Amino acid sequence: MSNQDKERSGTVPGAEDRRPIIEMQGIRKSYYVGQPGELEILHGIDLTVYAGEFVAIVGESGSGKSTLMNMIGALDRPTAGSYFLDGINVETARDQELSAIRNKKIGFVFQTFNLIGRQSALKNVELPMLYAKIPVHARTARARELLGMVGMEDRMKHQPSELSGGQKQRVAIARAMANDPALILADEPTGALDSATSRTVMDIFHQLHEKEGKTIVLITHNPALADECERVLTLLDGCIIEDRKGRGVHVG
Amino acid sequence: MWDNISLALQSLRANKMRALLTMLGIIIGIGSVIAIKTVGNSLTGSITDSMSGFGIRNISVSLTQKESESSSKTSTEAGAPRVRMFKNATPSGKDLLTDEMIEEYRATFPDDVAYVELTSQLGTGTLPAAEDTSDTISATMLGINDEYLQAEQIELLYGRGIANTSDADRKVCVVADRFVEQALGTSPRNVIGQTVQITVNNVPYTFYIQGVYAYEEEDTVSVTSSSSDDVVTNFYMPLETARKLAGSTGKGYQLFTVVTAADTDTASFLTTTQQFFETYYTQNDSWTVECSSLDSLVSTITGILDTVSLAISAIAAISLLVGGIGVMNIMLVSITERTREIGTRKALGAPQGAIRLQFIVEAVVICMVGGLLGIAVGTGLGALACQMLGYAAKADFATIGIAVGFSMVIGVFFGYYPANKAAKLDPIEALRYE
Repeated sequence: MSNQDKERSGTVPGAEDRRPIIEMQGIRKSYYVGQPGELEILHGIDLTVYAGEFVAIVGESGSGKSTLMNMIGALDRPTAGSYFLDGINVETARDQELSAIRNKKIGFVFQTFNLIGRQSALKNVELPMLYAKIPVHARTARARELLGMVGMEDRMKHQPSELSGGQKQRVAIARAMANDPALILADEPTGALDSATSRTVMDIFHQLHEKEGKTIVLITHNPALADECERVLTLLDGCIIEDRKGRGVHVG
Repeated sequence: MWDNISLALQSLRANKMRALLTMLGIIIGIGSVIAIKTVGNSLTGSITDSMSGFGIRNISVSLTQKESESSSKTSTEAGAPRVRMFKNATPSGKDLLTDEMIEEYRATFPDDVAYVELTSQLGTGTLPAAEDTSDTISATMLGINDEYLQAEQIELLYGRGIANTSDADRKVCVVADRFVEQALGTSPRNVIGQTVQITVNNVPYTFYIQGVYAYEEEDTVSVTSSSSDDVVTNFYMPLETARKLAGSTGKGYQLFTVVTAADTDTASFLTTTQQFFETYYTQNDSWTVECSSLDSLVSTITGILDTVSLAISAIAAISLLVGGIGVMNIMLVSITERTREIGTRKALGAPQGAIRLQFIVEAVVICMVGGLLGIAVGTGLGALACQMLGYAAKADFATIGIAVGFSMVIGVFFGYYPANKAAKLDPIEALRYE
């Protein structure tokens, strides 16, 4: 993977001090439909993502993409295998600890935005910091800064119903950044957007990656979008069948 | 915490109609309790006010007819309403309470009896008004003993009171300052020694005014509203004078009032008094004495009010239970509607406790708003009822406090199950929920 390091921009740590964010070994996930192990979705995934990487996971529907995302996002525990997220063992974590991991280590960006209705953009961005028990003044200041970063400074008091799809997704990205997570996990972030706004949203991800050195995992079924990333993993029937270098895009 | 409360208020605002319907049970429950408590509180308040001071220390001793043995037995056995068999309507001279009995009573309980008020009624006297002679002024003609004015705490402005030994059956009187102004049209200061002509039962009498007392407006519980112009004042005269003018021969009393000493327990002394006078009537076939006090009257009224309150409270409790179930139902609906929101919150790292707290707070806020509306409605209805009955409305703050606390408890109790359900949702399922 050393050839990928050369692709990284200046702010990303070099090969010698890079640290793994996702370390998955032999991850399996079965659903108990009737007898144990009747329906196995993931058949032993080995995956390592290092700090500062921008990785795309592509696959057809039914390939286990969503299950893998739930696993990476600490929303679910694997049936077998080991998973360390930024050095924390997710496998053995209790529900309460999983909440804390999601809160501090992961920033979620959803296809359907999932902003909390009837709450201003500012309040939405503050939400993860509220659960992290950050004092109100620090919360508001950080939320303002983040909304400025995604170009939403003049829409801070607007409610989600007053925002366009692209604006909603930008607020959602700002919210994902709130607790300065180790990993941004984006699930089809442009799936509900037209091509122009998709471009804006993707540019924000590239900016976060290049300027802030964020580790981003993007889940998509769009090969063109995946090809913008540094590294593309292809999932088929619960196995990673390809791990290749992407074209990469540099912005601003 | 504040975020949770403002969130709950926002969700209330978003579904105003639904929230109002949900709160209806709570509003009715809390409102009815507050209303009945306000009425009850005002009623007891005005009764207590009206007998503040001397009234509470009064014991009224009166003659009452004995029940016929046979009739009382059959009526209690049959469970029928008590019917009293009267042998004769008025007590004869030998049945009356006498001065000797009262002297004996006074001598037996010198420390407990402060005053004994003896009166003799002569009816109503009328005379033409000073300013407009077609108008008449009325006064209640009352023969009194020497200590009556003192016992009733009537303030003598000019002249002197009644002294039965020296005044005997002379036609002297003590009248109200208001009476003097209306009937004679002169200043009360200058009427001592003057005469006043007053007609009782079409017979005119001439009295010498020997004293003027200060008339005090009575602010007792009264449903009949009399205009201040035609007040009836008391026209006091010696006992003997009243008896003689009434043409009565006996020297006894059908009733009198005892004022107990300040450090005497009126309630227990009432029993003692009853027992004392009953000894005089053990041999009497038809008459005995009955003692009563305002205190016993008030406890009777409060007893009735307590029963009514209890009945209303039972209805309120059912209403609150139904209201609480309504709140639980609406919370379950709200949680189903907001499954994705809950999923999102969990994905963003909300611990179970935070989700649970959010929905419990929402349930409590619904109940509290309902409770506050109920308090407003109840206080309003109570005040309206008090106004119609003619009492000053008094809010019962203890009940209001309990109502607020109780609505909180309902919120927590009926909000816990839905909130816990929300907290336990699987984030993956919740996020996928359409």
